[in-house]
Amino acid sequence: MSALESLPMAKALNAGLRKAMQDDPKVILMGEDIGPLGGVFRVTEGLQADFGENRVMDTPLAESGIVGTAIGLAMRGYRPVCEIQFDGFVFPAFDQITSQLAKLTNRHEGGISMPVVIRIPYGGHIGAVEHHQESPEAYFAHTPGLRVVSPSTPHDAYWMIQDAISSDDPVIFLEPKSRYWPKGEVDFAVRGRTLHSTAVARVGTEVTLLGHGAMVAVLLQAADLAAEEGTSVEVLDLRSLSPIDYGPILESVRKTGRLVIAQEAPGAVSVGSEIAATVAERAFYSLESPVLRVSGFDTPFPPAKLETIYLPDADRVLEAVDRALAY
Amino acid sequence: MSYTEATLQLLSPAGALVESDATAEYLPIVEKLSDDELREFHRVMALTRAFDVEGTNLQRQGQIGIWVPSLGQEAAQVGSGFAMRPQDHIFPSYREHAVGIIRGIDVIDIVRLFRGLTHGGWTPSEHGNFHIYTMVLGSQTLHATGYAMGITLDGKAGTGHPETDEAVITYFGDGSTSQGDVNEALVFAASYQTPELFFLQNNQWAISVPVSKQSRTPLYLRAGGFGIPSVQVDGNDVLISYAASRKYLEEARAGGGPRFIEALTYRMGAHTSSDDPTKYRTDAETAHWAALDPISRFETYLRSRGEGDDFFAEVRTEAADFAEDIRRRTLELGVPPVGAMFDNVYSEPHPLIEEEKQWLAQYEAAYASPEASE
Ligand SMILES: Cc1ncc(C[n+]2csc(CCOP(=O)(O)OP(=O)(O)O)c2C)c(N)n1
Ligand SMILES: [Mg+2]
Repeated sequence: MSALESLPMAKALNAGLRKAMQDDPKVILMGEDIGPLGGVFRVTEGLQADFGENRVMDTPLAESGIVGTAIGLAMRGYRPVCEIQFDGFVFPAFDQITSQLAKLTNRHEGGISMPVVIRIPYGGHIGAVEHHQESPEAYFAHTPGLRVVSPSTPHDAYWMIQDAISSDDPVIFLEPKSRYWPKGEVDFAVRGRTLHSTAVARVGTEVTLLGHGAMVAVLLQAADLAAEEGTSVEVLDLRSLSPIDYGPILESVRKTGRLVIAQEAPGAVSVGSEIAATVAERAFYSLESPVLRVSGFDTPFPPAKLETIYLPDADRVLEAVDRALAY
Repeated sequence: MSYTEATLQLLSPAGALVESDATAEYLPIVEKLSDDELREFHRVMALTRAFDVEGTNLQRQGQIGIWVPSLGQEAAQVGSGFAMRPQDHIFPSYREHAVGIIRGIDVIDIVRLFRGLTHGGWTPSEHGNFHIYTMVLGSQTLHATGYAMGITLDGKAGTGHPETDEAVITYFGDGSTSQGDVNEALVFAASYQTPELFFLQNNQWAISVPVSKQSRTPLYLRAGGFGIPSVQVDGNDVLISYAASRKYLEEARAGGGPRFIEALTYRMGAHTSSDDPTKYRTDAETAHWAALDPISRFETYLRSRGEGDDFFAEVRTEAADFAEDIRRRTLELGVPPVGAMFDNVYSEPHPLIEEEKQWLAQYEAAYASPEASE
């Protein structure tokens, strides 16, 4: 394998999972249809053939069962990586994730750790039916005891999945499903950033745009369009939703004085809300305009034919950029 | 997993009536059916198949986002669907197109759902009490049980008047039997002795996972552990599907408590149009089940009773017209107005929704034609 390769994110994740399984025999995968089918998004393709049915388990069809037994396996010394088939199907496991997985280390007064990863393909742009396009990150980021991350590029996907698996804490690993297929360069030799760090995806001076997952591609597109009109935009890729690495965010805001946060999730009580509040608290005197949020509307994710209206696109981001600049 | 000695069957795969001790109590139920009713069974099975074939075509041509075929499961659905009474309520999963047709939904509403125009599609109270599809596996079994509890609270079952006493039927798949919700539904149903039929279509697969991964025991036997009487039927035999459903629904309606039927059938097509079944199942298996096709089996039976070519030709024409009509109306479907997503999020006004709806309307107006906003 050459150090640099152009891969889609689904394949980068596959390579990352494979590497983690090779490095540590305690790493096991569990989920619905992840065996011979390779998962509905083919992220686990070929892994059962190579590692066997004991390490890549097609489970019975029950999300609470998957996460609940992953907890027991973790107590036994395994490092389970659970696949939830789609964002909207994580909720049958919500109790196990929030009341058990998230709290067991605390309940044991530190006596045990919970190295469980829950991979969730999330977000819109794929034209699917209900429960297949949601962005449930706020529920998890709101839950003490869980770490929450989301890569936006194949390179980050390859490294972040390995870092998540080696973390001794439970990690909710959100995979932006609309980004599974576009290719990007993966450097298999050089890791780059640590798991819980915010990255500068594009340098600019007048406005900071911040997002995670699939939104980063939209922000980069918005930045291109803004540049054509002479506005210099900085784009930050959040990467980690819990904890949030505020250093690069505050640094950027101190430079630009303006922050627009974009997310597919509904805006109310969202990750974007949390960041807006924190930036207002910590960088108030640097701000030239209020922190603005561009979000999914506070409705259920609509039927597919309305998704392009619901999901923030570059135009909606630029509308907010204009408002920020107009202050 | 194919039929066992326990599997009740009235029609052999060759289309001949089987008489046995096990089915002795079911045969009289079927004997009460008129020729017209039997013809209707065939007709709805044929229409449903045409609908599925057309749905799949429309999906391939980009007219529908995803298609979820009921292909191969028509007999289980048509038999149970005709066993209900008008006052009964149905809580389906997402594959019960034949039942929907029987209960009078307009199938274009199923197309609207899978085309991404709506999350629902029809109003149950205006469409034969056929509730909307549920995508989160197994959830509907609890809703069905709660509805049935309400029937009991209202004193609308077990009064000795089958013409007005109500019952509930819920559909779910073999994979879904592993969900907590389904098991909790069985607990509640048994606890409250609901007038309810749990109708499991075991089509052998949950996407790529075989039923053997969900259960070591035939699934109908699980019901016994909950204290719920159950049987396993040949779900590709429309007559036993009808007779067993009829018997069990009437027992539940009469106050006998919940019942459970496992209908052995086969998902002859892909799980959905997004699925590639060649990745996980063999040609030999699909060929085995193709020979057990529910529609041709019943056609053979009807012919043996003297039904002639004319009738089958008529149905074929009607099915072709039905498909053609769906195609035409699918192509005519528009897109919902953008404001539609803000409707019905709540029953009562909600300020945040109002604010966002107005914001979007202004944004769209400004964006669509900048001059217009002056
Ligand atoms: C709670 C939940 N988890 C996962 C899914 C994704 N999913 C959709 S259908 C399906 C398989 C269902 O199998 P079964 O219950 O046998 O029904 P069938 O599709 O065979 O009719 C899966 C895993 C879902 N819809 N809901
Ligand atoms: Mg099934």
